[in-house]
Amino acid sequence: MVSKTKSPKLTKVSRAVSKAVGSYQRDKDMLIQILLDLQSMFGWLSQEVLIEVSEQLEVPITQVYQIASYYKAFSLMPRGRHIIKVCLGTACQVRGSPRLLDTISATLGMKPHETSEDMRFTLETVNCLGCCAMGPVVVVDETYHTKPSPSDLRKIFESAK
Amino acid sequence: MTIALQIDGKEVKAREGMTVLEAAKEAGIEIPTLCYLEKLKPYGACRICSVEVERKGRIRIVASCGFPVEQGLVVRTRSPRIDRVRKVIIELVAPTTMVDGEVAGEIKKLAKEYGANTHRFESRFRAKPTRCILCGQCVRYCDEVVGGHAIGFVGRGIERRAAFFPEKARACLTCQACFDLCPTGKIPSETDFVVFDGFSVDDYLAGKL
Amino acid sequence: MASKRISSPEELEQLRKGILSKRDPNKLIISICTMSVCGQSRGSVDVCERFKKEIKRAGLEDKVDIRETGCQGFCEREPVVIIFPEGIYYVNVKLDDVTEIISTTLVKRGLVERLLYTDPTTGKKGAKESDIPFYKNQMRIVFGNNRYINPRYIDDYIALGGYSALSKALFQMTPEEVLEEIKKSNLRGRGGGGFSTGTKWETTKNALGEPKYVIVNCDEGDPGAYMDRSLMEGNPHSVLEGLIIGAYAIGSEEGFIYVRQEYPIAYENTIQAIKQAEEYGFLGENILGSGFDFKVKVHLGAGAFVSGESTALMSAIEGRVGEPKLKYIHTAVSGVKGRPSCLNNVETWANVPLIINKGAKWFNSVGTDGSKGSKIFSLVGKVNNTGLVEVPMGMTLRQLIYDIGGGIPQGKRFKAVQTGGPSGGVIPEQHLDTPIDFDELTKLGSMMGSGGTVVMDEDTCMVDTARYFISFCCEESCGKCIPCREGLRTLREILTDICEGKGQEGDIEAIEDIAGVMQDASLCALGTTAANPALTTLKYFRDEYQAHIKEKRCPAKACKALTSYYIDPEKCTACMICFKNCPTEAIHGGKGIIHWIEQEKCIKCNTCFEVCPPRFSAIRRISGEPLPPTPGTKVIREKKR
Repeated sequence: MVSKTKSPKLTKVSRAVSKAVGSYQRDKDMLIQILLDLQSMFGWLSQEVLIEVSEQLEVPITQVYQIASYYKAFSLMPRGRHIIKVCLGTACQVRGSPRLLDTISATLGMKPHETSEDMRFTLETVNCLGCCAMGPVVVVDETYHTKPSPSDLRKIFESAK
Repeated sequence: MTIALQIDGKEVKAREGMTVLEAAKEAGIEIPTLCYLEKLKPYGACRICSVEVERKGRIRIVASCGFPVEQGLVVRTRSPRIDRVRKVIIELVAPTTMVDGEVAGEIKKLAKEYGANTHRFESRFRAKPTRCILCGQCVRYCDEVVGGHAIGFVGRGIERRAAFFPEKARACLTCQACFDLCPTGKIPSETDFVVFDGFSVDDYLAGKL
Repeated sequence: MASKRISSPEELEQLRKGILSKRDPNKLIISICTMSVCGQSRGSVDVCERFKKEIKRAGLEDKVDIRETGCQGFCEREPVVIIFPEGIYYVNVKLDDVTEIISTTLVKRGLVERLLYTDPTTGKKGAKESDIPFYKNQMRIVFGNNRYINPRYIDDYIALGGYSALSKALFQMTPEEVLEEIKKSNLRGRGGGGFSTGTKWETTKNALGEPKYVIVNCDEGDPGAYMDRSLMEGNPHSVLEGLIIGAYAIGSEEGFIYVRQEYPIAYENTIQAIKQAEEYGFLGENILGSGFDFKVKVHLGAGAFVSGESTALMSAIEGRVGEPKLKYIHTAVSGVKGRPSCLNNVETWANVPLIINKGAKWFNSVGTDGSKGSKIFSLVGKVNNTGLVEVPMGMTLRQLIYDIGGGIPQGKRFKAVQTGGPSGGVIPEQHLDTPIDFDELTKLGSMMGSGGTVVMDEDTCMVDTARYFISFCCEESCGKCIPCREGLRTLREILTDICEGKGQEGDIEAIEDIAGVMQDASLCALGTTAANPALTTLKYFRDEYQAHIKEKRCPAKACKALTSYYIDPEKCTACMICFKNCPTEAIHGGKGIIHWIEQEKCIKCNTCFEVCPPRFSAIRRISGEPLPPTPGTKVIREKKR
């Protein structure tokens, strides 16, 4: 476990956490919202960030870790520059999302929940994005693509540097 | 205020605010549990203490450790439905708790009492056995009684684990309260207090748990 | 937009009149869905921008307004463009169609025929809602306003009469009278439980403890359901207004809206709506000068289906992990921080202003004896007209799927409709004439649920469907209690084995045993209902399970491990289409050379089956029988004429 060395000047992490915690008036009820902001800011939640949240918000580290490891929105590992989410909801399922996932997996040479070695892509699955009439759906960097063909996918991935 | 209820045909007097489990205990009626500890808030994870409660002709199955007593409640601690619940719970949880192919302790006792086939779902258990039934006594005792917050839950669903936080667990050397609580014996057998090797949040992050 | 705080019902009416006076009812309005992921993913934003540009270029800005809206329901046909005041619907509009629409319809007031909706069976074209079966059979009392408002512009909502119900409640009714009206309406929860809303409000109102909370549950996690998303995105004020009215009735001054993290647009639109409502004084202190205070906070979810369960949701609001708690006292009595908390679904809240304005008697005139009012459904899967539909309770499933949904695409046979999400079940053809009603659907072993309605056809394997739902719940289980966590784990393995041809004697009994214990003993409703899809598929399609286990055969020919693809040499004309499309180059042959599939390379992606021209239909899917012999490369035949 990373032990916090008391350094006289504020680190980038402690400043960021202070800002996030402060934006919710240090309200312990907003712990999940604070972690969402930090996840958005850093792209993942490192041990350093979580320990800092625990100390600044005065909440046990066990509670912070329980939340950070429970939800799909949080990543405890660094993620790729481009996040690919394949929807596996029922409507998409019935329209062939498992095959879409297979195709994407094969194209990128990655399994779901993996990050590519060059940190370019992270492949994730989602249990329903609410885009059910247009399935199957894949989201790449917050852009939604419906019923993409293998060539559509190739173009999308090529343009994601 | 006194509340009169019936447990297994016996008239039982209880106080308002008591749970069915507490009332039964006081009346000398045994209901098995795995995650219950008197000092802790009822948790409802093992479901072994499930009982049938009947009110106004409607039967429900509830966890007796948390269900409040009611005037005129009719409780059955054994029935074909209840016995099946306990039997199958043991069968489901057996594969992960086995040591050298056998269950032990409280699990073994319950398996015998309810005729559980502890090998029933063995072939369908394809994960790494953790020896943990996630009863939470360790986590809850550390949180509620000791205030140490040295062990907590991480993950969700079948990836849910109890993990120590080494920074906080420095005090565990002198505490060791969770050692005796652990119904499967996992904690005493896997903890050496020096580095919590294989049992810490760092192991969880490394995907080893 | 400079807004003034409204301090009385009279000022609200003045505001409304003022807004309406500035609007010419005969002015052309183009209504297009851009505030929704469906529209966006189909390019509606680009179409909208093109309209803006071209209208400006043509100097028509004075004559035409563009209204960006949320979901209009006909999602399969997005981008949909509606032209008011006539109400002309253009579907599947492309960027290149914009110029023609402007010149033909906006200027010449004619129709662009090719963009009109065409019935797939009759070929008939429909220009207006009343001509389009998808719309004309609906009853869009809650959802209908989506087409008239820009959700980020509160004045649109006010123009339609928005916040008049709040005004009526605060000034013409006591809190008790509001509660009585909701009770009389027999409104039942639209989130899945179907619990009496009036009773829940009353319990919260009468419970001891302050402060009391009211909560909107927008954690719509059922895969296949997106009604709440569309309401929250497209008409957040309808939900807000309902919430404030409810708070008044119950005696609450503080509320929460919990939006799932997967709905960023709904979240943004909600935040905006709250801001604009605060500016007008519909939220905050002394609302409309009534003396009633109410404020609301928004919480974002973080990706956990089980967090939609009421005790879990309330834990999350307290900053603790969103997992269910052992609780036998209703959250209406003891909820957030142990205080009385009334949690209702988005659609439930949205019904409240309607009931207050039109009365409980009116509400009772719609629907069945046990289920009053309307319900919004997401009609998805193997159906021609996928989208969001709102129908009166009591309409039959058949009417929903065929009259509105347009039936099954490609002439395939209907097999089952899945309702109620992972807690629900499949309903087969023999029950299609069942009226949509909370209790009727429960009697069949399924449930209404939140409204997700997934249509399945002959190509859908029911065992795989069960496996899918069990896997979903296994992944989403919080893991706290043994029956759910270990029950789902084991069921998942059993069902996966069955789909892979590794089913064993006794598996069906094991599924039923585990399911029974999950129903009896799980901590929360996720656990007690998660086995329903398995149980209903067993109830209605036991033969499919038996075929998988005993014969290693998948009747739907969907399970990859049990299905092989074979090109019938008698039917193949060596046209090369499948050859060119196979992603793994598993098809051999050539021009004039009959094609054949190398089984070791085949990944069963179904592409060849889909691309083989129907007049040849040379691809066979074979399950449960040995493959006919495959011709080797030595066989060369003349191309058939």
